[in-house]
Amino acid sequence: MSLQLVTEKPAHFLEFKRVGKRYGDQVVLENVNITVEQGEFITMVGASGCGKSTFLKMLSGQETVSSGQCLMQGQPITNEPDVDRGIVFQRYSVFPHLTVIDNVILGLELESSSLTGRLFGKLFGSARKAARQQALELLEQVGLDHAVNKYPHELSGGMQQRLAIAQALIKKPKILLLDEPFGALDPGIRADMHQLILELWQETGTTIFMVTHDLTEGFYLGTRLWVFDKVRNDPDAPNAWGATITYDLPIGLTSKNLHDDIRHDVNLTSRHQDELLVS
Amino acid sequence: MRKLVNLKPSRLTALTLGALPFIAVLLLYLVASDLRLEENPRDKLLPAFATMGDTLLRLATEESKRTGEIIFWGDTQASLVRLGIGVGISALIALFFGLAQGSFPLARAKLSPFTTAIAMVPPMALLPVLFIVFGLGEVSKVVLIVIGITPFLIRDLQQRVMELPEEQWIKAQTLGANSWQLITRMVLPQMMPRLIDAVRLSMGSAWLFLIAAEAIAANEGLGYRIFLVRRYMSMDTILPYVAWITVLAIVADQLLRQLNRRAFPWYQR
Repeated sequence: MSLQLVTEKPAHFLEFKRVGKRYGDQVVLENVNITVEQGEFITMVGASGCGKSTFLKMLSGQETVSSGQCLMQGQPITNEPDVDRGIVFQRYSVFPHLTVIDNVILGLELESSSLTGRLFGKLFGSARKAARQQALELLEQVGLDHAVNKYPHELSGGMQQRLAIAQALIKKPKILLLDEPFGALDPGIRADMHQLILELWQETGTTIFMVTHDLTEGFYLGTRLWVFDKVRNDPDAPNAWGATITYDLPIGLTSKNLHDDIRHDVNLTSRHQDELLVS
Repeated sequence: MRKLVNLKPSRLTALTLGALPFIAVLLLYLVASDLRLEENPRDKLLPAFATMGDTLLRLATEESKRTGEIIFWGDTQASLVRLGIGVGISALIALFFGLAQGSFPLARAKLSPFTTAIAMVPPMALLPVLFIVFGLGEVSKVVLIVIGITPFLIRDLQQRVMELPEEQWIKAQTLGANSWQLITRMVLPQMMPRLIDAVRLSMGSAWLFLIAAEAIAANEGLGYRIFLVRRYMSMDTILPYVAWITVLAIVADQLLRQLNRRAFPWYQR
């Protein structure tokens, strides 16, 4: 039994206390102790299998922690996805059977309190008109106002991701989770998307977590960089030790030497894991 | 010379190549039929096209002396109605159970082994049971089609639902969808074209069960007619009927395909 005073204002927006995650014998994450304030933009880098995506899944409610606690505004994080936490994946984030505008309106329809909204997730009449207007404004912001009636398969990869972002933002989530959102895009498009996400972040003030494979992207986007890495590597029991957050750096204030160190560490862990796979 | 696997036909070549087997079979039939008829003008095994045409014309235009109906159209209507009702009911049942089993792990755990077991029962072996339970009327023929194709449709649809990317399920929930809305706004609309595809695939079996049931107990129907005139070795009726059934099957397939393309422009396979 834990004794908790409900009146007490939580000290941090998000708080992770000795958080760990294991699947059977395999320890993925261990001993993650960190706090996050509202409005931060955190990029997470690290080799594959070092728990970035697992961490994101615990944040979204797809996975539960094996040990420790994840608190959001003082309360344990809900263990299923909800409207507080919007998400954009690398692929399959948008619904192929809905047009661009309907993909965005969907979020407003699902939670409306009208009977048709609750039963079928549909709005009618003036409510639909208002929702449409709101969706149009957001689509204009992400630069999709010329394609509102297209289906996702008619859009390029970058446009699909713009749509996925707009779709998530219409719910005004407290946290926006980005799981390698630009990983499948061409470099030029990726730069445009960086610009877009920074603008939207400043405008909405939402807290953003972004997983990326691209170290360069991690080194300058956002306010904080987290590096996930394994502290201990036991060649005889590669699964016995999990990864944790090895660096927590403010972005823009870090020397190039440190970046090179991180790059070196992450690559080393990657190679190490490749070798384990081969052997 | 390029390798055989890299040789691709032009459009014209493809058309010609595609037509060749049809022409070959027709020619073969013509020659064989002529040879037999030359030897014995009363041969019934391989009737001339003219004979078949006459028979078909008679069946399709003259009223039957016994019932006053035009046999050919009466048979066609009877069979299509049975087929339509059977396939329609199957699709509805499959939609319900397929969505439930695909979407809810609890429903899947409860029903999936049962569906799998039912799918293994050879439907034709149940036909006598159906005749005993439902009598020799229309019901048992429709039920045979339903029993025959529904398990396949359910399993296919369950599979298609489970193929929806995990990302979509998460995304919809972050947009505020409850379980019921996940079904009505995300799963159901995406499953409709896939159900139609599955129905297209199961039409062959549906025809099989229909004709089998009609062959054993019926008063009219395409399958009934074929098995009836077999006693008189009326190949001049059987062969046109078989061709007609084939045409109906192709038309049904094309209609479903068109329906999918028109109604679900976002759906491409």
